Amino acid sequence: MAYLDNAATTPMLPEAVAAMTELLGKPGNPSSLHASGRKARRQVEESRERVARALGCGSAEVVFTAGGTEANNIAIKGIAWDQRTKDPRRNRIVAGSTEHHAVLDPVRWLGESEGFEVTWIKSDASGEITVAALREALGPDPTNVALVSVILANNEVGTISDITALTEVTREFGIRFHTDAVQAPAWLDLDFSKLGVCAMSVSAHKVGGPHGIGALIISRDCHVTPLIHGGGQERDVRSGTLDTPAILGFATALEITTARKAETVSRVAALRDDLVKRVKEIAPDATYSGAITNRLVNNAHFVFPGCLGDSLLMLLDAQGVECSVGSACNAGVPQPSHVMVAMGADEDQARSTLRFSLGWNSTQADVDALIAALPSAIARAKRAGVPKVTTAPVRV
Amino acid sequence: MKVLAALSGGVDSAVAAARAVDAGHDVTAVHLALSRNPQSHRTGARGCCTIEDSNDAFRAADMLGAPFYVWDLSSEFQEKVIEDFISEYAAGRTPNPCLRCNESIKFEAVLERAMALGFDAVCTGHYAQVFQGPSGPELHRAIDPLKDQSYVLGVLTAEQIAHSMFPLGNSTKVEVRAEAQRRGILVAAKPDSHDICFIPDGDTAGWLSRQIESVPGEVIDAETGNKVGTHAGAHAFTVGQRRGLALGNPTGDSERRYVVDVDVTKNLVMIGPPVLLEIDLIETIKPRWAGALPANGDRIHVQIRAHGDALPATVYLNDENMVTIQLDEPLRGLAAGQAAVLYDGTRVIGSATVSRSRRSASL
Repeated sequence: MAYLDNAATTPMLPEAVAAMTELLGKPGNPSSLHASGRKARRQVEESRERVARALGCGSAEVVFTAGGTEANNIAIKGIAWDQRTKDPRRNRIVAGSTEHHAVLDPVRWLGESEGFEVTWIKSDASGEITVAALREALGPDPTNVALVSVILANNEVGTISDITALTEVTREFGIRFHTDAVQAPAWLDLDFSKLGVCAMSVSAHKVGGPHGIGALIISRDCHVTPLIHGGGQERDVRSGTLDTPAILGFATALEITTARKAETVSRVAALRDDLVKRVKEIAPDATYSGAITNRLVNNAHFVFPGCLGDSLLMLLDAQGVECSVGSACNAGVPQPSHVMVAMGADEDQARSTLRFSLGWNSTQADVDALIAALPSAIARAKRAGVPKVTTAPVRV
Repeated sequence: MKVLAALSGGVDSAVAAARAVDAGHDVTAVHLALSRNPQSHRTGARGCCTIEDSNDAFRAADMLGAPFYVWDLSSEFQEKVIEDFISEYAAGRTPNPCLRCNESIKFEAVLERAMALGFDAVCTGHYAQVFQGPSGPELHRAIDPLKDQSYVLGVLTAEQIAHSMFPLGNSTKVEVRAEAQRRGILVAAKPDSHDICFIPDGDTAGWLSRQIESVPGEVIDAETGNKVGTHAGAHAFTVGQRRGLALGNPTGDSERRYVVDVDVTKNLVMIGPPVLLEIDLIETIKPRWAGALPANGDRIHVQIRAHGDALPATVYLNDENMVTIQLDEPLRGLAAGQAAVLYDGTRVIGSATVSRSRRSASL
């Protein structure tokens, strides 16, 4: 089997598995006052410090959540509410048009259900959110903006946006800035203190940690109206008993990933470049989506004209090669990628995509398996074609 | 063979796929997402393609060790089944959307895609049988007369039948449910689907009235030509219908009145006594043949409803697009748009769409 879907999730590091499983059978709620509680609390706080070191933030700025989606929801809704409460004129949210659904959907919800105005920032053809596009979205009156949110590295095409440059713009107007950095920590040197954001979401299972745990890094001066009430365990921002083993697994994985990053990045970059070169040889009509260099080193994303991404995925899966169409699914149905559409693709192109994402344990054999399986998959998928998409139902 | 099994999330398609696996085929499962806005849960026997159905299909496929995918055919379904259904009704005809779905979705869009992707056949949970005949594969009725679905498969061409697999045709529904229990298929007790899948509340007239503009018009006595009442919109009426007329007893006699004709261009609903419903000559268009064409004057049986009787008749091929069927005995109430499926014994000869029906001179 060749697993080329590490952007969806990557296998846990053995060290993280070992650290986590050792704790699973132990008693102790980190909020309890006895010895077992204190022991658990120590695991949590040491983990918090390790996470903080890896991400360039203070340990008090780490709020553990049940993953990236929850971190995004807390940041988007919590900051928007807080800012509007303090200044009712701040009733607008500005977000990238290439955001993950975990940002897209809460922003839409605030627009539809909470009366916020929403402005989407245009993407350039590579998937980058530029300073010029942000300024255009902010418009003539940026002082009514409660929050700007821009994804650091896009989950579909891997394009990186220059968050530091973007936050220089929002700082002029005192606007809060959140970034979804879920795809970034394994591949980029992240320094929260230098990004200029007030909140940043990360997730453990993208860095070799367990599922169901992540963190929202929130600067000390950034207030968040909580979504989840019930104990206030995490800085009163997030309630719920802390998952000590998962937190330890997360910290272990993030720490090791960070320590090995330079080596992993150069090895995976070489594999990715080889993959891209050979895919282009097999399919000269395929187009490489996103930025050439300004992207995550583990990401390769293509449009295969005349092939449904869906068909290619199934045919590759049958040959033991696992990848993704890149875009979100609705009840198991891949939707045309809004990221590709935001980058200027038409709907056919947006349904003809495949994302190959490498991980810390990817090997040359994985790339070779893909290259061996791809020609027949493309030929068959082309034969099946891309069904025409009809427009909305017509009333007679 | 490499077989693509279509799993609805119900018991029939799950057992069909299981039998295909047992027969040694290399089975891949797909669930067809036909609804643009799937509901999360089923309500009883109605609706389809809910997220719950999709999950049931996944669980069944997983039990069989078959890879599982969801194929989005909602656009095709919208265009070729739902919009066709609406425009047929708007034109005063009474279509059967299940036939249309088999014709243009399951055994066209899905089968074509499957073949292109390298599959040899599509397997479904329909109750029908395919036998190798002297001149190719033949489609036959299922052994369970209560479940036989050869009628809704009557639109399949010989080529499509050659690549179709119906593993349930030799079993009764009772046997299939028992087998599902035995196999531990979780949906063994799930109710059968009924009615039209895209009208979840079963209220076809109400659903249509939201799709087609209803213009009130006159109800005319077909015998006298007199206006005897009004209706809310002609498209809501079907030939043979009695309920919903609310006419009382306009002619003063004791005979019941039925819809005997619907003229949507003039927005008229014609009513009359049941004798006016009696027809014995059926004109049909757009025939699709399951194998060799019948000869002019061949004695056949014709079925005009999903669970109707097979009526003895004689078939005449007027030209390649028109087939006339002369019934031995008249029948009451046949609406344009209904499908006439022709049988030779248990074998499906083909099907065609009723364009007109009338009383022959001999009646």
